[in-house]
Amino acid sequence: MGGAIVLMVLALGSAAAPLIETSLAVDARAVDLLNRFAAPSAVHLLGTDELGRDVLARLLHGGRISLVVGLAAAVLSAIIGTAIGLVAGFYGGRLDSILMRFTDAIIALPLLPLLIVLAALDLEKLGVPPDLAASESIGLYRIIAIVSLVGWTTVARLVRGAALVLREQLFIQAARAQGAGNARIILVHILPNLATNIIVAATLAAGNMILLESVLSFLGLGIHPPVPSWGNLLNNAQELIWSRPALALYPGLLIFVTVISLNFLGDGLRDALDPRTIRR
Amino acid sequence: MARYLAERLLHSALILLVMSFIVYGLIGLMPGDPADLMISANPRMTSEDAARLRALYGLDQPIIERYGRWLRSALAGDLGYSRLHALPVINVLLPALANTAVLMGMSFALSIALALPAGFAAAARPYSRLDYTLNFIAFAGISVPSFWLALILIMIFAVALGWLPAGGMTIAGGFGDQVRHMILPVLSLTLASAGSQIRYARAAMIDTLRQDHIRTARAKGLSERRVVIAHALRNAMIPMITIIGLDFGYLFSGALVTETLFAYPGMGKLIFDSIMGNDFNLALVALLFATIVTLTGNVLADIGYVLLDPRISFRESEP
Repeated sequence: MGGAIVLMVLALGSAAAPLIETSLAVDARAVDLLNRFAAPSAVHLLGTDELGRDVLARLLHGGRISLVVGLAAAVLSAIIGTAIGLVAGFYGGRLDSILMRFTDAIIALPLLPLLIVLAALDLEKLGVPPDLAASESIGLYRIIAIVSLVGWTTVARLVRGAALVLREQLFIQAARAQGAGNARIILVHILPNLATNIIVAATLAAGNMILLESVLSFLGLGIHPPVPSWGNLLNNAQELIWSRPALALYPGLLIFVTVISLNFLGDGLRDALDPRTIRR
Repeated sequence: MARYLAERLLHSALILLVMSFIVYGLIGLMPGDPADLMISANPRMTSEDAARLRALYGLDQPIIERYGRWLRSALAGDLGYSRLHALPVINVLLPALANTAVLMGMSFALSIALALPAGFAAAARPYSRLDYTLNFIAFAGISVPSFWLALILIMIFAVALGWLPAGGMTIAGGFGDQVRHMILPVLSLTLASAGSQIRYARAAMIDTLRQDHIRTARAKGLSERRVVIAHALRNAMIPMITIIGLDFGYLFSGALVTETLFAYPGMGKLIFDSIMGNDFNLALVALLFATIVTLTGNVLADIGYVLLDPRISFRESEP
């Protein structure tokens, strides 16, 4: 449960980023060239970066982006994965084998290079209006969509496996005998029984999504500066690693702590919710 | 066996074909096209010239037609020219492939050599202090961003201690220099992939140790060491084969960031640079090669599965 507490602190800190900024009288975007690479002080608790911006404020703002991407992508992959897994597992047969072949094919692809191609696509060629394609928020939506394309596969396999078992259960037969249709059985009788599996899978997926976002942003393809995310803060820091190694330390440490907390949380939830686990 | 293999290979070829079309289409959607690049390189070019160029290279044709032409010449062995390197794509690709094979081979061998004993040791004494420690290390390995780990290694060994170079391997440096350049990339790839392997190895061994034949072996009075080594090890290896085969592909993706970061001249850096540098031919072929590597890993995993587990036969999957 330590994981949950760490995550709460991080989420609160990020959510309160504007408040912390005002109380310390700093601004994540305020450039102060006379005050570059300042050492940690009462004003700038973690010092300033190569443009004199406050490091702590940028970290907190970066956290907002990274956590939102992780959360949104986890929810999106959970929805896609659940839909595909439910249909495959419940209907079975030909549909099942087609959907699972598709899932396996996705898993078998070299995903990172493909994601890079997707992140480098020209949105205007896809028919997105130019001013919208250049806006900051579309970058956020785009990265969420891209990482979700990878995230749903684990959820789908898990949900399918569980749905295969569930549909043979007596209470499903009972529901069918009472005249319930397929849609009702899926939504009312199967889905609620899968809730814990989905939550566990989504928690573990969120960690992966945050890692992926950071990789893409680090390569300069995810969230673009000046909007800070933990990944692109590291991209900056890489160039300064000889002169200011500390700048590379903080963002990565935050990613690491967030992802390991999510993984511990997911693992803990699985153990707590799975009656088969032997506990000491 | 032969029939199953043929089926698998056909399936893989199909995935590859679909993948080549998708990537071809996606690359067409990236900013700029080859004619744009020539136009921007030559300020005196008029729009009529540009249109003529597009017609000359067939860029005004529909995508299906262009893809068909590319596929025909690719199947005939002509993979085209790389724009960035001004060389036939295949000449750029092969050295990079060799470099990545060396890098991946070493880190792969190293991470398996570390992870299997660690995972099995943890499983032999579940919920002991050793198990908790290894579990924590494994979680850390899964959760750490691989590029950040690489940055930290650079910080320690290149910036602070000055023992090793931070990147930029060249052929000119000679063997000793190349080895020095390999250490940090190999180390960061190893650490990044060992984490999940430890977890899988532990899970596989714990599952095996719960089985009846292990109870029999213990009941015979065998020492725990002998039970684990002689009776459980082979069984626990079976699921590991699948994981190792799948990891093969993941390591390839992971190598992209690591190679780029260390400026290591392998496939990952080649793919990244070609995508970023609008080198369409090279990007397309390199991505397909990466797919081939991953698919090969999957097929090899399946074969290894059968070789290790006499209960599974290829015939079962036949109708």
